[in-house]
Amino acid sequence: MSGREFVSGNEAFAAGVRLARPKVISAYPITPQTVVVERLSEMVEDGSLDADFIHVESEHSALSCAMGASAAGVRTFTATSSQGLLYMAECLPYAAGGRFPIVMMNANRSIALPWNIYGDQSDSLSQLSSGWIQAYAQDAQEALDLALMSFYIAEHPDVSTPYMANLDGFHLTHTYEIVDVPDAIAADTFLPPLRTDNKIDFTAPKNMAFSAGPGHNAAFKYRQHAAMLRVRSVAAEAEERFAGIFGRRYTGLTESYMTDDADFIIVTLGAVSGLCRDAADAMRARGVRAGVLRIRYMRPFPGIEISDALRGAKAAAVLEKDISIGKSGAVFTEVAGATDAPLSNYIGGLGGEDISEEDILGIYEDLRSGRGGVHFLGIGEAE
Amino acid sequence: MTQILWHGRGGQGAFTAARILGAAYVSGGDGRYALAFPAFGPERRGAPMRAFAKLSGAPIHARSEIKTPDFTVFLDGTLFTEPSETGVTLVNSPLPLRGAVTIDAGRIAASFSIPTPNTAMLGALAALLGIISPREMELGVAAVMPERLRARNTGAIRAANEFVCKGGRP
Repeated sequence: MSGREFVSGNEAFAAGVRLARPKVISAYPITPQTVVVERLSEMVEDGSLDADFIHVESEHSALSCAMGASAAGVRTFTATSSQGLLYMAECLPYAAGGRFPIVMMNANRSIALPWNIYGDQSDSLSQLSSGWIQAYAQDAQEALDLALMSFYIAEHPDVSTPYMANLDGFHLTHTYEIVDVPDAIAADTFLPPLRTDNKIDFTAPKNMAFSAGPGHNAAFKYRQHAAMLRVRSVAAEAEERFAGIFGRRYTGLTESYMTDDADFIIVTLGAVSGLCRDAADAMRARGVRAGVLRIRYMRPFPGIEISDALRGAKAAAVLEKDISIGKSGAVFTEVAGATDAPLSNYIGGLGGEDISEEDILGIYEDLRSGRGGVHFLGIGEAE
Repeated sequence: MTQILWHGRGGQGAFTAARILGAAYVSGGDGRYALAFPAFGPERRGAPMRAFAKLSGAPIHARSEIKTPDFTVFLDGTLFTEPSETGVTLVNSPLPLRGAVTIDAGRIAASFSIPTPNTAMLGALAALLGIISPREMELGVAAVMPERLRARNTGAIRAANEFVCKGGRP
């Protein structure tokens, strides 16, 4: 499969993973991630992907298994969502601390209770401190492209850190749209085979995944942090290389839409960004200088980019599909630490609730009127 | 942009019809864009559900549900209460309904040994839309359905399409 295809976000991501030629895929199915592992399983079965597909009994095992494979020095992929991500939570910092460059697709989904299979970002945002790179796609094309770029960035010797590519459940995973699927030769040009010294090697034995006392622990964590910060430059390198080969250009940790002269900016992430851009266009047509700042990466956190983009704004709002119960949205807390701009928070789309253009226009109107605070779309002000 | 809202029951193939429509439309060339997505209720066979298709000559950014459809399609007549306030309403019904175009899609589907009314309704919709060629519709079916289902479903699409084109609409 290559060329212009009408596929879902899950299928697009699976197509990207196939082009990345992982050697091991270990995964446990969960809605709305299921289709990506079904497609990859079919590809392994029909021989179009030369990999071992390991059917495990849980998400905890899926990531444990991926760590084992990565420790053997091969390219490794897994995927999960929601409760599955939480079930593998113990293993997330383990993989990051072991510096295993595993790529995982997470289909963003609400977390229970109430039980709900639909999209929001509470699952991945609850794991910001796990040591994983976190990227958020806005459409199926970016999902496919991230599938390729994620391995490049995660495996880069300056980074060597696991990578979580997030796709909004249903809004991306189950939405069919036109995607340009690269051919395998171009993909191979972009993504070289994995070479790493961080592997079990009987000719050069080493201790891996070991204990560290107080004297060394901080040094390991510091090195992890420093490697994560290098993602900014490595992602830029990957995107430059990607644009040269495939002609599609990405913009690093954030993407700005008319923020340069904007008085009012919505900061958001994921699939709702396109709707926000449409609303910004509508506000501009009314003579209001509106803009959108899309966060592409939550880790490393784009504090510099956010600070720069919001510098001239009269007011900004963070729109996110998440609530850190008892505080605000988690993204709001992070953005607030990066800017002095007056900042409000809109929590919407929880459990798959529809966000309409009227909702976004309402946020811009609130920004114009100087309304601050934390608000729930469709409910009202938080106490 | 042309927006189509599908009402159906789990198992009737509303999302499949939306996907075929999107795939058929985009097969018409590089300047065509489509989104097809579901909004499921309780994930149960027989429960009411909706699907959405957006067709446009420019990239589509908004993934919101469709509030002002150009076409509203009811795969199951028992879900129909009143015509949509916007656009054309198309209902699978053997009897005429006020304010709606009706077609007995269940009968057409049965004549092709198809248990679901989705592709017959898609054929009727395509006749009202008037922007998708028979060849594009075949490509749409091929993009979504396995080989063994294509001939029967293409037949149902064509039969329903002809029914509407020949004045089957009330």
